[in-house]
Amino acid sequence: MTLRACVIFLLLALGVVTAKTNSAPARKDNSLYAELAKAPRKAVARPNPLEHDPDAVAAGNKLFAQHCAECHGETAEGGKKAPSLRADEVQQATPGTLFWLLTNGVVRRGMPVWSKLPEPQRWQLVSFIKSLTPASQPKPNRDETPQP
Amino acid sequence: MYLRCDSVATGTRGEGPLERNQALPLSSIKLSSSIKLSSSAGWRSSAGAALLTLVLLFVARPLQSQESPYIVTYDHYLEEPGSLEVEYFSTFGTQRAGNDFHAFWAEFEYGATAWWTTEVYLDGQTTFGDSTIFTGFRWENRLHLLQREHFINPVLYMEYEHISGADKILKEIEGHDGEADTAAPNALARKEHKNELELKLLLSKTLKGWNIAENTLAAKNLANSPWEFGYAIGASRPLALKASAQRCSFCPENFVAGIELYGGLGDRYSFGLHDTSHYLAPVIAWNLPSDWTLRLSPGFGLNDNSHRFLLRWGVSREFSGFGAAISRLFGGRS
Repeated sequence: MTLRACVIFLLLALGVVTAKTNSAPARKDNSLYAELAKAPRKAVARPNPLEHDPDAVAAGNKLFAQHCAECHGETAEGGKKAPSLRADEVQQATPGTLFWLLTNGVVRRGMPVWSKLPEPQRWQLVSFIKSLTPASQPKPNRDETPQP
Repeated sequence: MYLRCDSVATGTRGEGPLERNQALPLSSIKLSSSIKLSSSAGWRSSAGAALLTLVLLFVARPLQSQESPYIVTYDHYLEEPGSLEVEYFSTFGTQRAGNDFHAFWAEFEYGATAWWTTEVYLDGQTTFGDSTIFTGFRWENRLHLLQREHFINPVLYMEYEHISGADKILKEIEGHDGEADTAAPNALARKEHKNELELKLLLSKTLKGWNIAENTLAAKNLANSPWEFGYAIGASRPLALKASAQRCSFCPENFVAGIELYGGLGDRYSFGLHDTSHYLAPVIAWNLPSDWTLRLSPGFGLNDNSHRFLLRWGVSREFSGFGAAISRLFGGRS
């Protein structure tokens, strides 16, 4: 096989793959949230061991920016590839459910397995996600925020 | 850049392809080498590299990832969908009965989907006192077999290699591979061409921060050679499991340390440890907040068939949004 044939083949393969994998907006796809309901009962009941850790939300925010914001959006309101994490379905899920979903991913629908992050880091991410303002609640107005 | 070494070798044993473990005495070979750039191939490669660089600079954004420290072993984690990881690796190897070498490869790893990662490697090497040559390419695919995390997570690995006999990157050890295979001068070794199919079953588990991975390898030279086998085992752990709240370069969670053990297991007709080579290699990775990952691994040969010492290091950077950029190029939505 010549070098030119190899390059053309690889570019075509890459084009087909990327056209297929990057063309499905996920922001309003409610069926993605249905994955949360698949968490086993034992996982749902797991409490967040870092719930009272004062640094957990800040560390989770950092991890979110590094690993999640690319798909879920910088403000977690969803993007072309992944749904909003401020949706009621996510905010009403238990910490254990979110931890289970992070650990297992939704591989067939584009969400990678995140068990490569150590458990404490996944719990920090859960702390951050649960700290987000739900989409159903109005965002706090900056002008009304009490000044120290 | 494509670097071609035009060498003329004459020897008392003729100039046919080298046979396994056949090392020619240097005294029987007269070499006259002239290294020059191959103009047409050089232009093509340069244009491709320039295009890729432009795409990466202007379209794709860097993305920090938690990279494993392994250089030979694979765990079950694939590239994030739509991301491209560009990597450069070096292997310095000592060589008894020959010249030491520096082998290197560039790796372009793309997350096609959350369950499929595809990679292209470009290999080359410099043998000290001899020459620098391009030694071939590899195309690798990894498929996540299960939808969720399980006690053990299998990944199927398939690779096609088109390399010359002068390839020395030692990305995997298979069959009866040994130090004698890399002793021949480049001018002779490059005349041997290998079209090889390689299959691996990657098994991996992460528990309490520790990743344990085991790879079983079966490789077949398509030129009527027997199946050859090999293995790689790795264990690694981040130095800290919790992330700090601040962005930092030297936080312990940015460092992942571990160890690898890898080697050959003979072939279909002589399966086992006889006449095989094995290495033990500590590994460490440093995931920088500036989106770069550095890896270092000194490897030690465990028997007389092995190179005494291999020093490997690598640098990589991950770019998100690469898939969307290429998709736009082909008229897809992004």
